[in-house]
Amino acid sequence: MKGWLSLRLEKRLAVPRWLEYLTLALSLLLALAVIAVLFRALGVNPIVAYQRIFRGAFGSLYGLSETIVKAIPLMLVGVGLTIAFRARVYNIGAEGQLLVGAICATGLALACPNWPAWLLLPGMFVVGFVGGALWAMIPALLKARFRVDEVLSSLMMVYIASELVNYLVYGPWKGAKEMGFPYTDKFSPSAQLPRLLPTRIHYPTLILAVVSAVLAYLLIQRTKWGFEIRVTGENPEAARYAGMNYFTTVLLVMLLSGGLAGLAGVGEVAGIHYRLRYPQGVSPGYGFTAIIVAWLARLNPLAVILTALLLGGLLVGGDAIQVALGLPVATMYIFNGVILLFVLGGEVFTRYQIRLEWRRKT
Amino acid sequence: MSDQTGSDVAVAMHGIVKRFPGVLANDHVSFEARFGEVHALLGENGAGKTTLMNILYGIYRPDEGEIYIKGRRVTIRSPRDAIRLGIGMVHQQYRLVSTHTVVENVILGLPGNFFFPDRAARRKLEEFSEKYGLHVDPEARIWQLSSGEQQRVEIIKALYRGAEILILDEPTSMLTPGEIDELLGVIRRMAAEGHTVIFITHKLDEVFDISDRVTVLRQGKVVATLETARTDKPSLARLMVGREVLFRLEKRPASVGQTVLRVEGLHALNDRGLPAVRNVSFAIAAGEILGIAGVAGNGQRELVEALVGLRPSTQGRVFIKEQEVTHQPPRTLIERGVCYIPGERLIGLVPSLSVAENLILRNYCQAPFTQGAFLNYGAINEYADHLVAQYSVATPSLKTPVKLLSGGNIQRVILARETCRAPTLLVAAHPTSGLDVGATEYIRQLLLAQRDQGTAVLLVSEDLEEVLQLSDRIAVMFEGQIMGILPADQADLETIGLMMAGAKKMSVPEVV
Repeated sequence: MKGWLSLRLEKRLAVPRWLEYLTLALSLLLALAVIAVLFRALGVNPIVAYQRIFRGAFGSLYGLSETIVKAIPLMLVGVGLTIAFRARVYNIGAEGQLLVGAICATGLALACPNWPAWLLLPGMFVVGFVGGALWAMIPALLKARFRVDEVLSSLMMVYIASELVNYLVYGPWKGAKEMGFPYTDKFSPSAQLPRLLPTRIHYPTLILAVVSAVLAYLLIQRTKWGFEIRVTGENPEAARYAGMNYFTTVLLVMLLSGGLAGLAGVGEVAGIHYRLRYPQGVSPGYGFTAIIVAWLARLNPLAVILTALLLGGLLVGGDAIQVALGLPVATMYIFNGVILLFVLGGEVFTRYQIRLEWRRKT
Repeated sequence: MSDQTGSDVAVAMHGIVKRFPGVLANDHVSFEARFGEVHALLGENGAGKTTLMNILYGIYRPDEGEIYIKGRRVTIRSPRDAIRLGIGMVHQQYRLVSTHTVVENVILGLPGNFFFPDRAARRKLEEFSEKYGLHVDPEARIWQLSSGEQQRVEIIKALYRGAEILILDEPTSMLTPGEIDELLGVIRRMAAEGHTVIFITHKLDEVFDISDRVTVLRQGKVVATLETARTDKPSLARLMVGREVLFRLEKRPASVGQTVLRVEGLHALNDRGLPAVRNVSFAIAAGEILGIAGVAGNGQRELVEALVGLRPSTQGRVFIKEQEVTHQPPRTLIERGVCYIPGERLIGLVPSLSVAENLILRNYCQAPFTQGAFLNYGAINEYADHLVAQYSVATPSLKTPVKLLSGGNIQRVILARETCRAPTLLVAAHPTSGLDVGATEYIRQLLLAQRDQGTAVLLVSEDLEEVLQLSDRIAVMFEGQIMGILPADQADLETIGLMMAGAKKMSVPEVV
């Protein structure tokens, strides 16, 4: 008897909480299993590799502090992205908004090096926020006015921002004392964020990130704008029916997510590098990694605090195995990509019930 | 009906039953079409015409019943089987690849030469063009073609696959009058060549223009099969809409107050940018229900959306309590007391949000639900608690996502939200569609109660019985126009049926 196995997806009505966590955990485990195959193929014992990653990220005070350092930009950007993604506005260009935030802060730091720190640092955060927000406004306006797909337009804006940084650090802002490196001059001490010595944790930005997570949570759950964001994301038709303005909602979420990404950029130049550098030197793709951070957090801004630390740890652990096991840099990109793929793919199991049926052919 | 399968019978369907969840779409339907015949399948929306033909074309499997093609009993599992048996179908929505050429669409999915697959097709296309008048440029890309030309491509596709029995599902609904004439010419020539054409429609004129015989379906059952030449429009109209009344409602005489809604010469476009509402004028007073009857797709949806601010109007003016509200956004209309029960429940709700949040969906930004920037969940829950009790919404809690409620309870959430604040104007579109008898009765009583407390109610429904029962006056829409407005006590099924099918128009009385 001939036949074939057919797979049918049925939409689930209710998604129990435990199922969400279970699929999340299983997705992560499966991702780790797939990456283990990759390690094997590279000639590395996966168990050893995972141990090294974990120890590198959380096993020492230094590792832990570096994990937090990397979690700071991920947290800021990730919080912003939860707001945008809740409204189903897919801002993929946070990397570019982060870079523009860094450019704006650098501009102020270089222009007014003699301002006192209490004025200069907040000023840098303000212009960084505004810069990131304005950069996000371009795809936002295109989407709200002309229905241009924000995934493409915001992504394209990343490359423009990246080339803008290149232009500045190789051109007009190239530092006189940097011996030909594509860096600007070092910021004056009043433009440098204080650190929790001896680590590199620039705690003002960390505080800002945690506070923004809490504020974003309140915004989404407790305010009328949050209500508009949730309704627009869940059912745009109902939003129109309820008299909500799609235009302002798209602008609002893009402004906030762009602005928060801009703050992350300020933190990097003012807290870590003390100068603007070539784009990959400022951010090794924090804006993209934060997409995973936001999804792993199930678009809950408070959970972003945890998932940012997790992904930050992966970045630090990845550095550790690069050095210790001689693995290529790309390994960690694959690592992150596989995790995102499995987390997003796992959603199918929470949203749908899967049935297998044997169909007969006569 | 005769159950013998004579030699001139191309298609015979016997005792077809098809159930969908909660609906009996086809109830022991028997249907026959002969060779060389144009057979009209007439009925209102939801009468089961398309379901029956989808069964014949293999899209659905019948729960019961037998199908004979050319006298041989067959089982049709898929459109592929149907095509092999010489059945072709042109759906209301065309299934063409818009960036490909005509010839590419025609041969799409067929085995043929790997390198120059379209050579043979081109010859065939010329042949069809000559034989049936199906003129269309084989090299044109689909997106460049008009709706009528695209339909010709669909017909050619079916003929190219060897269709002898051709099903056309409401083929004139997207055509201009000139294109309709051309289509009817093509159909006549095909019938003369011995093809069987089954023509699904709800328009009486077309039945008389083209068909040899007509089968009338009503609520999933066949009411009659007649020779077209031996019947007339009034009897067909009666057969199409006549139905027994399920239950009676206590209805007090209306105490009509001042005019609440006045519409003057309103025009609006549909989603494809074509005129859907044409020069519509009417008025509704406080304390009366104006019912709009009509077959779906005749501009009712666009009219309602234009009135509640969800669709721009292109011409004309709208007044609420003598204040102009043309082109006002939904928010302003909400504030003016315009409440709206949308035809599709999903427009009126956010499925994953809670019952309480859905109950304030349209007035969330007013006090006391919003204070400053923050939502006041205390006030929201208190309000929701009150409404859930008053409208007996069966829900486990106020925090339950509405998508977990049953259809009737979901509708109660919408009704509670839209009627609890004594609206000035209540627009109700298909308020009982898909609901069981109990929920239907509850909702109808609620609409009457709204009327009695002085709300102006605009009721749009495909259910003629509902319109007749509830309305104080009845307007009939056909092709975007109001064919006439009758007081309910003067409305008889025949007149309304004729107006619904576009066969009769009366001068619209001046606005009350």
